[in-house]
Amino acid sequence: MRYARPKNAGDLKATIRATWALITPEQCHRLVDSMPRRIAAVIQAKGAPTNVISMAEEEFTDINGNSISLDCQTHSDFCREFTVTSPKLSLRKVMVYTCFVWLFAYAVFFFTENTAVLSSAIILTLAGMMIHIHFVKVDHETLLIIGSLGVQLSSSYASGRESTIFIEMNKLKDIVINEAVYMHSIIYYLCILIKDPADPETVTSVVPLFQSSNPRLNCLVQVYRSCQEILAQSR
Amino acid sequence: MVLKLFFPQCCNTADSGLLVGRWIPGHNSAVVLAVIHYPFIPGQVKKYLSELQSQTQVDLTVLGSWSMPKEGQEGMDSFLKDLSTIFPQKCWLQLSREIGKRGFTCQVVQNNGRLLQDREQKNGEGDKIILIHYDQRKVMLSQLHPVQDVGQKSDVEASELRLVFQTVAQSQPLFFLDKYDDGPLKLSHWQSEGREASIIAELLKQASVPVCIFLTWLLSLWYWFCSFRILHLPPVLFISSKLSTCVQSVYRAVHFRTVFSPKKAGTHVEFMRKANIFVSFLVDIALGLLLISWLYRENRISKLADTLVPVADRVAKELQELLEWLMGAPAGLKMNRALDQVLGRFFLYHIHLWISYIHLMSPFIERILWYVGLSACLGLTFALSVLSDIVALLTFHIYCFYVYGARLYCLTIYGLSSLWRLFRGKKWNVLRQRVDSCSYDLDQNTADTALFPLQLFIGTLLFTILLFLLPTTALYYLVFTLLRLVVVLFQGVIHLSVDFINSFPLFAIGLRICRPYRLAEGVKFNVLCQEPGTPLHLMMEINPLKCSSVLQCYRTPTYSCYPKDSWAGLCKKLFVGELIYPWKQKTDKTD
Repeated sequence: MRYARPKNAGDLKATIRATWALITPEQCHRLVDSMPRRIAAVIQAKGAPTNVISMAEEEFTDINGNSISLDCQTHSDFCREFTVTSPKLSLRKVMVYTCFVWLFAYAVFFFTENTAVLSSAIILTLAGMMIHIHFVKVDHETLLIIGSLGVQLSSSYASGRESTIFIEMNKLKDIVINEAVYMHSIIYYLCILIKDPADPETVTSVVPLFQSSNPRLNCLVQVYRSCQEILAQSR
Repeated sequence: MVLKLFFPQCCNTADSGLLVGRWIPGHNSAVVLAVIHYPFIPGQVKKYLSELQSQTQVDLTVLGSWSMPKEGQEGMDSFLKDLSTIFPQKCWLQLSREIGKRGFTCQVVQNNGRLLQDREQKNGEGDKIILIHYDQRKVMLSQLHPVQDVGQKSDVEASELRLVFQTVAQSQPLFFLDKYDDGPLKLSHWQSEGREASIIAELLKQASVPVCIFLTWLLSLWYWFCSFRILHLPPVLFISSKLSTCVQSVYRAVHFRTVFSPKKAGTHVEFMRKANIFVSFLVDIALGLLLISWLYRENRISKLADTLVPVADRVAKELQELLEWLMGAPAGLKMNRALDQVLGRFFLYHIHLWISYIHLMSPFIERILWYVGLSACLGLTFALSVLSDIVALLTFHIYCFYVYGARLYCLTIYGLSSLWRLFRGKKWNVLRQRVDSCSYDLDQNTADTALFPLQLFIGTLLFTILLFLLPTTALYYLVFTLLRLVVVLFQGVIHLSVDFINSFPLFAIGLRICRPYRLAEGVKFNVLCQEPGTPLHLMMEINPLKCSSVLQCYRTPTYSCYPKDSWAGLCKKLFVGELIYPWKQKTDKTD
């Protein structure tokens, strides 16, 4: 609507109708569903402006087409937290892999009559699943930006393990969206440019964000705009 | 600008009083170290602070006031506000907390009387405040990595977190006053509930100084013994540099000098080095004693000695069969009969000599082995080095054969390549270190550089001879190089395990597992529950170092036996026939 620039009343009417038609029923459902949560926050704040605002979660996808969700929490004027949640471990895939491995083990057992094959298949499946949950499968990734203190990135794995990095504000040059060309596709990613405090002009390293969830450009743009607002305050 | 305040968790429920801490230079932040309770005399507070300043080199000041009113203490607020006139500051903080609420309220008063409040304002004016809660004891004990030298502080702009950690660590004397002390001041900090100490730890600390002095004296005796002139003769030096036992003992002596020096470790790195060496030494001794108890039970050592001579015999017999095979037609290849016989008989005689020596020593082997086995009480690394040396001595004939074969092959190859250059009309220019072309002129002027037909004839003769002898020498070289490589591989495995035991930082890994906050890679922040009208509260936790970084950082440097050449260089040397010493040890610069 803001790009339309209607020149007369008729134009304005048409633009309004077009924009109204673009609002989907799903968006309306989501806004209605979030009303209890927002009212509760206002009651807790006793009528004052709420500190914690949870925006409606929009439909985002990652670069492979799986749906992910973005949650933005504003703790204060200069402190925001963004959480990107990846799709959970799919039960169907787990069952398929397990059945495949065990059928293979049964086939080998049929030929060799050695029960060690079966027990080793069970142990292998269990160990593989534990390693996958603990080291590979990322549940959600969080970016916490605190103006004039720093930026914290954390990945939380499916088993509950969290790995966190904190980058101080004096080492942070900027947060930008970069594009990478990979095979036949162009991938956009958000990254933090790190500088050495003694030499503020050169970029010493680049830390990419949301590497496991890989959200698409629309999600990244939202995060980028929010972060830039906070960074502008502290400059 | 945002004001950051680091507030210790232990003072969350402290009574009203004064905040004592430090303003971090260069950043708009402050660290609160303790709370001095009401009633206090301002003059005594100032005296105490200046005493501590001279003791700790940290510029402690009164930052502001803390008020947590209990029942019947309503009149405190105005009193605390007036305190700002007694302690003149550029910026005076007023923190207050009500019972039942979780958030603090904070007001900052600037020197010119302007009151700046932290309130939600639409236009975003005024100072904003972040309150960061930290665990005082953990931050005091922890060390941020990468560890920076003390001298580097002024060069690079120290980061805010590093300054906070340093401030808390250096203010240890502030935490000595607890609630049982009868002084004029009552403080609140992490140790104010009562200082804890352990009698055993104190006794050990007191006892360690004389023990260290005694051990240093013993070590100096050892060094005096090693400095005898007779031990510095070249043959002795040469042998001792080759025997890995001597190398290991020298290395351990250097370690002991580090560990047992009576001087207390100054920096964190020195302390970790000492602790790692000490713990690895203890583990070494323990493993060695375990080995001894296993070896000497059921008389295993004499069984081992009994099998040693038959094994040596068997090895010699196998070598003899190998040589007989080479002297025949090995793998269907046709050897030069004369050279074959010469080389084969030469090596067979060597083996015969070697076996005679072994048989001469066989009655004493059991006794020697029994006493040598006892040396394992000096540590498992010692036992492994002794094993490596025994293997080296027993396979000395293989080493000799390798050297003979390699030299012969090397001569053949060099001769062939030089004569090949002769045919092509090129010569090696020693002055320029390169290959130059050389003509066949019989001109008188260039007589010294020309090639005469006689030279050419002799060259052809020699070339043909060497070429036809090449297969024989090459085969002998190949066989003995393979044998030598097997022995080198075995010795390499032993050296690697010795290296591993020497350099593994057991103390650092134990610290990382049991007290992960001591070795910090960074910090983690958690946003605490918000109440409207209060500033932002964050919880700062310590992010421990990853295990791989611990290993990399705290590995004790050893005389590393890493391969000297890359694989390509090794293959080239093998092809040309140069002698290879794949496990060259780096010698210490101090020796």
